[in-house]
Amino acid sequence: MRKTYKFEGECCANCAAKIEDKISKLDGVNSTKVNFMLQRFTLDAEDGAFENALTKSISIFKKIEPDVEVLVK
Amino acid sequence: MASSQKRRLTRIGISLLIYAVILVLPIDSWFEQPTGLYVEFFLFLIPYLIAGYDVLIKAVRGIGHGQVLDEYFLMSVATIGAFALVLFPDAEPHMAEGAAVMLFFQVGEFFEDYAVGKSRKSIAELMDIAPEYANLLDPEGYSYLVDPDDVEPGQLIIVKPGERVPLDGVVVSGTSQLDTSALTGESLPRSVRVGDEAISGCINLNGLITVQVTKPYGDSTVQRILALVEDASERKATSEAFITRFARYYTPIVVGGAVLLAIIPPLLGFGAWSDWIQRGLVFLVVSCPCALVISVPLSFFGGIGGASRQGILVKGGNYLEALAHCDTVVMDKTGTLSTGKFSVIEAVPAHDGDTEVSELLRKAAHAEAFSTHPIATSIREAFEASNDGASIDQSCVTDVSEIAGRGICATVGDTHVKVGNRQLMEDVAGMPEEDPSCIGTLLFVACNGVYAGHLLIGDSLKPDAAIAIKQLNEMGSKTVMLTGDREDVASAVAIELGITDYRAHLLPQEKVAVVEQLLATKKTSGKHTLAFVGDGINDAPALMRADIGIAMGALGSDAAIEAADVVLMDDAPVKIAASMRIAKRTMRIVWQNIIFAIGVKIAILILAVFGIATLWLAVFGDVGVAVLAILNAMRALHVERA
Repeated sequence: MRKTYKFEGECCANCAAKIEDKISKLDGVNSTKVNFMLQRFTLDAEDGAFENALTKSISIFKKIEPDVEVLVK
Repeated sequence: MASSQKRRLTRIGISLLIYAVILVLPIDSWFEQPTGLYVEFFLFLIPYLIAGYDVLIKAVRGIGHGQVLDEYFLMSVATIGAFALVLFPDAEPHMAEGAAVMLFFQVGEFFEDYAVGKSRKSIAELMDIAPEYANLLDPEGYSYLVDPDDVEPGQLIIVKPGERVPLDGVVVSGTSQLDTSALTGESLPRSVRVGDEAISGCINLNGLITVQVTKPYGDSTVQRILALVEDASERKATSEAFITRFARYYTPIVVGGAVLLAIIPPLLGFGAWSDWIQRGLVFLVVSCPCALVISVPLSFFGGIGGASRQGILVKGGNYLEALAHCDTVVMDKTGTLSTGKFSVIEAVPAHDGDTEVSELLRKAAHAEAFSTHPIATSIREAFEASNDGASIDQSCVTDVSEIAGRGICATVGDTHVKVGNRQLMEDVAGMPEEDPSCIGTLLFVACNGVYAGHLLIGDSLKPDAAIAIKQLNEMGSKTVMLTGDREDVASAVAIELGITDYRAHLLPQEKVAVVEQLLATKKTSGKHTLAFVGDGINDAPALMRADIGIAMGALGSDAAIEAADVVLMDDAPVKIAASMRIAKRTMRIVWQNIIFAIGVKIAILILAVFGIATLWLAVFGDVGVAVLAILNAMRALHVERA
């Protein structure tokens, strides 16, 4: 499953790269993109592992950039 | 400016003011030493904390999350270190510099934020082609404002003058002119009438039109373009990937260097601790790779955004990079250099005279009155265009017989007319001995068994084809034309346009083989790439096989948008060179930023080792370079019009 979310708040390109790197190493994640310019986060993960990966991704965001809010619709 | 940005600016302002006052006051003369030093220490803490309290908080929080070595942590350590140098009574005090580093770090962060926000906005403006609403027409004839997403194919919508066409469809009533410039960069409006396609994203200029929607909003041209440009920033160029990798190693190495520099030399007895610690602090201040990591993707984004403004959609930074290294451009003739439509290029009557030309066309057009062949259509069009308002009178045409592969015979009025190739003209008197050398198909016309003239039918070249080739040649690209035409036609076109090389007599499926052959023979040294340009009709394999596939005239053609790496929305071949210019310019900006930022940082690091670089210089190396690189990157967004 592949989904794209928007996020808000300050985030530098370096942090986006770090976040992307960490999320891509999560279990069940096929690929991920943290687009700092468009403030878009795309997660592509196995169907069964998606929810879990999303929760973990958001906590990675929080860890690296506490000001960033991922908008999960 | 957002309110949080305003608050931040106020904070920086207040802090800067206090800082300046402290700097000017002659505190030393008011107190005995060392009391004066300690008073100064606490005074400088005030602007430092006002400007940087949030940085300190973020640094502490970062450590809690296991995020050492982020920029907040590095800045906190560097500035606290500068203040702590007061503990070495014999050394120069560095509190002023400590406070200044924090202050300017915040100024730089502010600028960075502002510049990134601003370029985000200008990119959003470039991409501001999405319609906000549609006027849905219900069967009773009333119209409602609805979300374009809610309109289904088959429904009717009204587009008023000044409004954006919200969805793709076909005009069912009304005529108007559409401004396609937001999609194609072409400023000449396109006129539409009943039966024509109305493409979403265009602006209706004057008439009221009713459009029958053909595609759901999600598949509309506007949505496809937006998705394409947004996804483009996710296909990273190698230079972008290089920077991300570089940043990953740069910071730990520089921080490691800072620690070694602060500890080892004084342990070995080279100079005072305070001196070497200060040099280490300079390392910490320049250890943040932000300038690079922000400015490189920003440059690519700007280049892609600016190109899209001209109707050139580039599907990723990697393609922009490849395009900048392109030195072979292979072009399909039909649809790329030529219009792909037959037309009468020349009508040459057997005897000179103005009326002779129109008479020749009239006879030929009437003989071809019932034929559906594209050449027949082109003759009829030429006749209608030559005499204002003239139309074909089918009633005067009788005894039509078509001879396959040769031409047509018919009686027009009381004249027996033959139109066809030389084989059809065997019994005709007064035929010219030699065929005139020409580009295109030659048709002879005979009236009552006597040669009356000939027509030259060609697939006419686009008006800007020659300029396009000239520009490519000037840029040092090899140009190769592929065509299914005869050898002599191909060579004449190649000479006329100034094309370096051509391959004639190709079947459509042979194009990909030629591309492969050229790929194999091209220069292997360096990063030279080969681009294939086609109109997307039956050349998808070649588009995919080439290093860069450029699809032309793709407005409304989904297949071409799908297969290509670079999409030219209109069908002007000059856009090929324009896209290469944009690519080269973007790459130049990218490399300027990479070399400038790395160069300045390394220079400061070297100076710091020898104790020449001060913290003042280091703070410039960090935020100054970041701001300059971002400003430079924003230039990529402003693309000159072709």
